[in-house]
Amino acid sequence: MVPTDLHYTKDHEWVRVDGDRATIGITAYAAEQLGDIVFVELPDVGRTLEQFAAFGVVESVKAVSDLYAPIAGAVAETNGALASKPELVNSDPYGEGWMLRLEVGDATQLEELLEPTAYDDLVAAG
Amino acid sequence: MPYGPHTVEDREKMLAAIGIGSVDELFADIPPELRASPLDLPGPEPELELATRLLDLAARNRTDLASFLGAGAYRHWSPPAVDQLLLRGEWYTAYTPYQPEVSQGTLQSIYEYGSLIAELVGLDVVSASHYDGAAATAEAALMCCRSTRRERVLVSHAVHPHYRQTLRTYLGDLELEEIPLVAEGEAAGTTDLAVLERLLADGDRPVAGVLAGQPTFYGLLEPMAEIGQLAHAAGALFVAVVEPVSLAVLEPPGAYGADIACGEGQPLGIPLQYGGPYLGLLASTDALVRQIPGRLVGLTTDLDGKRAFVMTLRAREQDIRRDKAASNICTNQALLALAASIYIATIGPHGLRDVAANGAARAAELEAALTAAGAPRLHPGPYLNEFAIRVPDASAVHRRLLGRGVLGGLVLAEHEPDDPAVRDALLVCATEVTTTAEIALFADALRHVLAEAVA
Repeated sequence: MVPTDLHYTKDHEWVRVDGDRATIGITAYAAEQLGDIVFVELPDVGRTLEQFAAFGVVESVKAVSDLYAPIAGAVAETNGALASKPELVNSDPYGEGWMLRLEVGDATQLEELLEPTAYDDLVAAG
Repeated sequence: MPYGPHTVEDREKMLAAIGIGSVDELFADIPPELRASPLDLPGPEPELELATRLLDLAARNRTDLASFLGAGAYRHWSPPAVDQLLLRGEWYTAYTPYQPEVSQGTLQSIYEYGSLIAELVGLDVVSASHYDGAAATAEAALMCCRSTRRERVLVSHAVHPHYRQTLRTYLGDLELEEIPLVAEGEAAGTTDLAVLERLLADGDRPVAGVLAGQPTFYGLLEPMAEIGQLAHAAGALFVAVVEPVSLAVLEPPGAYGADIACGEGQPLGIPLQYGGPYLGLLASTDALVRQIPGRLVGLTTDLDGKRAFVMTLRAREQDIRRDKAASNICTNQALLALAASIYIATIGPHGLRDVAANGAARAAELEAALTAAGAPRLHPGPYLNEFAIRVPDASAVHRRLLGRGVLGGLVLAEHEPDDPAVRDALLVCATEVTTTAEIALFADALRHVLAEAVA
């Protein structure tokens, strides 16, 4: 079971909305599939992202994947701890392994995302 | 494993398995006019007759000329050990090991190459090499665009015309603009810094990277530190297009603030060979390590604590990253990179300084002789071992020099037909192998040819 207080994308990102801030990361399933994560490339603060636009890159020992913004917004903060400890994405994907915080532009975009049960089904279907 | 070509039966079996009648059907999607037509080749000949014919053809090459041609590829003396070591069979192996860590020898040779070039350019990271200097320069420009997320690249007009042509091909839809050169005065022929500053000031079209050559195509030395400062002040990266032997006596790119250095590695022990195969050098700062294309080899320790070489940052390459790879070309010139490594290691740092310094000394001698013969330099600024001379009707003079046993450099107007600044000019060069006798022959021939033209 994935955390029930989050919204998910088909590309395995999660988003937690708290007031006008949205925190974004990748799911435990994604982190496990990638393997040991060695590098996370994140955008500059202030950059405006469209919904589902690529915002960065996550690199493991065996793969490199783009990261997509679940909703639109301006980048308010990025997780600086990942620069020296990218393995936090593996060890705590929904907590210390968060990637960026956005100023929420349009909260109705959350409706286009997957609910926890739907994401569970997606992962179960492989 | 012996090589076994496909037999007719093999082919028929394969065609039957996929349900087609002929090999040609595989290419049905390619328009007929684009398909290779049968080659018009003569029939087989006895070996002796063929050898005679090939010798006749080879004899058409002029190998008797005193050559003053450089323009991107240079004559140098190479210690015989370089060629002798290259003949060893162990090197003739897959340059891309797909189970790389088993091939420690291949990895070590790439690692040594990277270490030597890193020392030469004064930067942190060196790729395993590219096709040639032009390809490496184009990759450098693309690195700038990826890193800055900007789409506009400025290249000095004094960068080799072939490199600029390759840049135009590689950059496609990205914007490429040339920085013009100073027309007159002490800085004539070098990059116009005032125009560069104006081009960089256009806030609506931010610049990803600025490319300048050191020495330039015309052999001149650029104010690299200033170009770099202007680029960085505008948030752009700075790329130095360099000639590696010159780095033994000139400041290395890392010392004047270049983010990327690229160039042609041929002068490092690789003979002149009809334009290739040559060696593309590419190096960058640590900050750009994830943007540099091609293989990177690192040093680590294995489970038993023993020294081990590994491919690093593999995941950025085409076989894994597909269309998002740092480059669509992930080949390298392993054998030529090895030749460069053996050359540098054999000749040593002092030797390389001697090569560069002797080339400069021969060039100064050449300048004095050609000026006395009536062909002064085109530009007043400092140069290392290559410079342009002013010669009326340069094409005809060049042709007549050939008749007198002299390859009088390059007719610049043939490369820059639209540039009035180089209409009457030859680009000439000297290296450590240029002799005083050759210089005297050139000066004498030139004096005669110029006198004939007047008469």
